[in-house]
Amino acid sequence: MNQVIEENKTEIDRVVIRFAGDSGDGMQVTGSQFTTTSGIAGNSLATFPDYPAEIRAPQGTVAGVSGYQIQFGEIDVYTPGDEPDVLVAMNPAALKANFSAVKKGGTIIVNQDAFNEIGLNKAGYTSNPLTDDSLSSFRVMEVQVTKLTRLALEELDLDGRSKDRCKNFFCLGLMYWMYSRPLEATQKWIQEKFGKKLMVAEANLKALQAGYNYGITVDAAPSYIVKAAPIKPGLYRNVTGNEAASLGFIVASQKADRQLFLGSYPITPASDILHELSKYKQFGIITFQAEDEIAAACSSIGAAYGGCLAITSTSGPGLDLKAEAIGLAVKTELPLVVVDVQRAGPSTGMPTKTEQSDLFLAMFGRHGESPLCVLAPATPSDCCYMAYEAARIALEFMTPVILLTDAFLANGSEPWLIPDIEAWPKIKTKLANPANYQDKVYLPYERDSLGVRTWAIPGMAGLEHRLSGLEGQENTGNISSDPLNHEKMTEARNLKIKNIQTLIPPLEVLGPASGDLLVLGWGGTYGSVRAAVEEAQKEGKSVAQAHLKYLNPFPANIEQVLRSYKKVLIPEINNGQLSMLIRSEFLIDAQKLSKMQGQPFKVREIKEAIDHILQK
Amino acid sequence: MSQAILTKKDFVSNQEVRWCPGCGDYSILASIQTVMPEIGVPKEKIVFVSGIGCSSRFPHYMATYGFHTIHGRAPAFATGLKLANPELSVWVVTGDGDGLSIGANHLVQSIRRNIGLKILLFNNRIYGLTKGQYSPTSAIGTKAKSTPYGSLDRAFNAVSVALGTQATFVARTIDTDPKHMQETFKRAAAHEGTAFVEILQNCVIFNDKVHSSITAVENRDQNQLRLIHGQPLLFGKDKKQGVRLNPNTFSLEVVELGVNGITEKDILIHDEKVVNPSLHFLIGELAEPAALGVIRDVNDSAYEKDVHDQINSVQELKGKGDLQKLICSGETWTISG
Ligand code: SF4
Repeated sequence: MNQVIEENKTEIDRVVIRFAGDSGDGMQVTGSQFTTTSGIAGNSLATFPDYPAEIRAPQGTVAGVSGYQIQFGEIDVYTPGDEPDVLVAMNPAALKANFSAVKKGGTIIVNQDAFNEIGLNKAGYTSNPLTDDSLSSFRVMEVQVTKLTRLALEELDLDGRSKDRCKNFFCLGLMYWMYSRPLEATQKWIQEKFGKKLMVAEANLKALQAGYNYGITVDAAPSYIVKAAPIKPGLYRNVTGNEAASLGFIVASQKADRQLFLGSYPITPASDILHELSKYKQFGIITFQAEDEIAAACSSIGAAYGGCLAITSTSGPGLDLKAEAIGLAVKTELPLVVVDVQRAGPSTGMPTKTEQSDLFLAMFGRHGESPLCVLAPATPSDCCYMAYEAARIALEFMTPVILLTDAFLANGSEPWLIPDIEAWPKIKTKLANPANYQDKVYLPYERDSLGVRTWAIPGMAGLEHRLSGLEGQENTGNISSDPLNHEKMTEARNLKIKNIQTLIPPLEVLGPASGDLLVLGWGGTYGSVRAAVEEAQKEGKSVAQAHLKYLNPFPANIEQVLRSYKKVLIPEINNGQLSMLIRSEFLIDAQKLSKMQGQPFKVREIKEAIDHILQK
Repeated sequence: MSQAILTKKDFVSNQEVRWCPGCGDYSILASIQTVMPEIGVPKEKIVFVSGIGCSSRFPHYMATYGFHTIHGRAPAFATGLKLANPELSVWVVTGDGDGLSIGANHLVQSIRRNIGLKILLFNNRIYGLTKGQYSPTSAIGTKAKSTPYGSLDRAFNAVSVALGTQATFVARTIDTDPKHMQETFKRAAAHEGTAFVEILQNCVIFNDKVHSSITAVENRDQNQLRLIHGQPLLFGKDKKQGVRLNPNTFSLEVVELGVNGITEKDILIHDEKVVNPSLHFLIGELAEPAALGVIRDVNDSAYEKDVHDQINSVQELKGKGDLQKLICSGETWTISG
């Protein structure tokens, strides 16, 4: 599809670029700037920031390499891409950690100045990869990034270290030239970001321009055009999953007319939700950084009792700790949203790496019969709607809801067609009306036709009541260990969760309504599954995709969908948790596809599994 | 709602009280129910929050709002509730196991923040509900179910824990003196910020008479030091004994008036308002006589007020949040059709 359109400018339909450098090299900034600019250029895109758990891992080592991958195109892009077409490596360690991922024949741009003895040693190279033939299957561009950046900034009255910090913008400028992108958005960003530090702003602007000019003057650099994708018209912005979830909660708090309360304890990769919501006090949001994960959950439940839309955000290890408190919210039937930004476990695991391994924990990780609602967004921007959905269900069904995002969704970003928030429905809370109890006693556990109780909050005169973790008598909630009552209450709590089915959308299918194979995904694997299934469909295979965002309860039509295909494949970033749920609930012989590397699926991995299962 | 004058019985719930006959908890409950109509808060704005343990059944017996939560975490639930609605009068009922063992962190953290909770710690120096194991306030050597050869742990002094964590209000009272309890609870209710009250409570089943050296009628005069702000620390039947500060060792000494030329001038004057907590700490550590009453009561702004003030000041500065504007913030671009 490559088509030469003008001198040295080749048109391509999509590209994958990975920026890699030391964790102090500004790779995340570089990547997100490239993302914004590509969004403005009208490309379809997806990103994958991948950084080490250490804040400043030893400089120059492989462990300290931070990366940011983006795929953008004129055609629909669902994933950050399997293999980079281009790798920008700021030092030998970045090269070492990443070159094997690059597509054969792809381009590797290195900062030649960093390939000195010290740099090579730190990366553990015994010979210089630029001079031996280890990179022979790639096209290598050696650029003296450090030297050229220093030269460009020669006249500025700034120390050497500060000048060297502008290297990333030099590379960004070069990439902007290679992919024919405008500089304006980044120039504007630099001016805003370093507004007061005029000299630093100027240095970064100069470095950006110098990189761009370098591309023009050096013939060796190829240059491409990636046209705008035919995406839906409208107003767009980039958004990460954590940002989107935070916005979704604010929307929900307004739609429910309830003050937003977030009780949270810092934990990677969920802390950004705490950071985001803490910024927005003008919305009346109460953010409480608790002394630990348990207190974060408990304070949120206390706030829910007090009438707030209460959220607690965490990641796997924190969800372990919150279990007992969540059980109390199940028993007392209080609205609560628990966000679990999943990361690789068990134990501390790999804190910055993604995994979908908390599904069982969310479903069953509490003692006793303790059912609650579990949801999972499909893409970074979907986190906004699903956060709103989680809050809606929590408030309309008086239940805790666990929202399972993951590190990939939380940090990854995508262009987001800004939704018309006005059009989102109001949330109908179950607030009790004191006027209804002028001459009768308030019964905290009296249920409506869907099995939901009302929400009386302290301050409502005449509705004084006691909630307790102890089993309570039907309707009154008074302490009771009557055997039959306990069974009845256990069933009532279960049935209420089941009834959520009546207010969630059916499972949709992309592709034929019946056929050889259904690929069933959930959560953050949406993009990879979508791309793989589309490829298979283009090859004429009878394959469809269904993506679960409602995991407990399942959508009402799920069994009928599953039974419409000869085979079912379930790809998951875990050891087969959804597939076990599906098999045990429906006795369907679903095949699992597991990946446990802390990395999202490559499209190729899912496509190969599709091909394999269809051959059998 | 009508503002009829409420009485004690308006605060008694319809639930049968299930503590052991003779348990000290009964008189504490009665004292709280007596005080409630007098604290100037409408009944629907009063909430009792508890954790797990004998004392934690308390909310069930109050006709107010109540939340009987999980072991040790009551201060955390109460913190969320108080932040959600600062107008509520939120009382935390906890015990020595609930508050100083499994929930010690939440206890000290809420006191550190100075959030406006009234924390009542029923100290019977034993685990009652789990049938008699030693607790963090049990004296070393306590023989209990899990320590048949005597406990080896050093004990907490509840008052010292609170003072050490910068409490703005600390008091101690006893289950045998309803009047003293009521006065103490009223003072706690009136305090802004965290009010911490230790109640020496008798567990008639598993640790009977553990406080009797202080509470028994025959020991009362000799072993109770009743604190009154601005008054000298005198005790004993004829108030002939007192407590003075030895400036060389920075410790308190019990002295007798008239002996070795000691006069009332030598006796330490109780000052609950002094900001430096050092003397309060010394007073709280006294064993015989044990200090009863308000040990410390200083002014500082309450956490929930600070939280809401901050929200209000941001709203004043930036105006009430505009959602559509927020969602469209950052770098945006338009794709035209
Ligand atoms: S066990 Fe002790 S503390 Fe518990 S109710 Fe009985 S007497 Fe009271």
